[in-house]
Amino acid sequence: MFANFDFDVIRRALPYLFLDGMAFTLTLTALSAVGGIIFGTLIALMRLSGQKLLGRIAGLYVDLMRSLPLVLVIFWFYFLVPYIGQWLTGASRPIKVGAFASSLITFIMFEAAYFSEIMRAGIQSISKGQPAAASALGLTYGQSMRYVVLPQAFRNMLPVLLTQTIVLFQDTSLVYVVSIPDFLGAASIVGQRDGRLVEMYLFAALVYFTISCVASFGVRQLQARIAIVR
Amino acid sequence: MIEIKHVSKWYGASFQALNDCTTAVARGEVVVVCGPSGSGKSTLIKCVNALEPFQKGEITIEGISVGDPKTNLPKLRARVGMVFQHFELFPHLRIIDNLCLAQEKVLGRPHDEAVAKAMKLLDRVGLKEHATKFPAELSGGQQQRVAIARALAMDPIAMLFDEPTSALDPEMISEVLDVMVDLARDGMTIMVVTHEMGFASKVAHRVIFMDRGEIVEDAPKTDFFGKPRSDRAQKFLSKILSH
Repeated sequence: MFANFDFDVIRRALPYLFLDGMAFTLTLTALSAVGGIIFGTLIALMRLSGQKLLGRIAGLYVDLMRSLPLVLVIFWFYFLVPYIGQWLTGASRPIKVGAFASSLITFIMFEAAYFSEIMRAGIQSISKGQPAAASALGLTYGQSMRYVVLPQAFRNMLPVLLTQTIVLFQDTSLVYVVSIPDFLGAASIVGQRDGRLVEMYLFAALVYFTISCVASFGVRQLQARIAIVR
Repeated sequence: MIEIKHVSKWYGASFQALNDCTTAVARGEVVVVCGPSGSGKSTLIKCVNALEPFQKGEITIEGISVGDPKTNLPKLRARVGMVFQHFELFPHLRIIDNLCLAQEKVLGRPHDEAVAKAMKLLDRVGLKEHATKFPAELSGGQQQRVAIARALAMDPIAMLFDEPTSALDPEMISEVLDVMVDLARDGMTIMVVTHEMGFASKVAHRVIFMDRGEIVEDAPKTDFFGKPRSDRAQKFLSKILSH
């Protein structure tokens, strides 16, 4: 079976696959993770605020995002964002949103729902005595969150946040459905052009597998180190 | 300085944690609050700096009402030091940063000044050489002394202690009590929930005995230890002093 394989097609496509495709995938993953964690933390704070309305809105948002397939959200956003932009700015035509911006917004919104649940668990894992001690020293609610609770919650949850980021790294391949050349998209373009889809998809799988495995191993190492510090 | 007038508190609709508590702590006075567990003593002291809300009555600190929604609570709390049963040092910060955080963020002290103040206080509680360690590297007694220094760094007008030695191993209790005795002799206004009757008889001016959410007895130290008026206080005392 492998006799008919043309591995040279991979070698020739390497610069395009990595410099264009993988660069896009990694940038999208990193920015989505950072944005998702920030937005997710805000949602977690809303849910834990004790304000009924805020909590309800945040809860609804999380439930909504978690009950929709990601592919659908990507589709919807890709086609809707220009119209939302038009509506917000009052422009006469749908505003142009680049493929990158559109997918970045989608992933931040979608992943925030998952990151928020992780941060919520992290915040709840901090004993009530910590914010009480911060309050007793005169820190405001915001200061107590910023300097005392969130740094600890974030540190406790770092391995889980990173694991979720690895899942996100794999999920970004779904932007391929709106023809954005991420790593998988690039592989598929080359494969179709040269009629070598099997080789390209095999290679893509190998690359995703390797990167995810190495990253998971790194997270486990980190987890062990954090456990010792505590 | 601290006035507590007819304070009542309920958890939920049915459980009454405090029932019409009235007392006061004058400037420079050391008041020990004792009583069986569940008597509301910790709840009462937490009400003083509004860590626990109460439904009825009034608490004022230097005339400022704690329960008034218009009161700037962070500002008020910054002036009243509090030490907790479980120390509550911030585990992600070094000892020195534990002492500097509120000085800088709440009082707006420049970093150098905050560090100087922190080092002076760490020296006072005998822990200067541990400044760059993390809380987890210290023993319980050391952590509690750091917690006291952290509260003192805010230049408080009064100190509240909520069972400061209850979570400590016996051999560490005295090092913490020594620091507290030192503070009391310096003229600090202190309200402390504790079962350490040795401490009470050494430095307290008054002893408050609580049971089932009520202040049963509020008497000068000599009267309290001489002969408590109420049966409940007598029973309590005989139990904890019999060993």
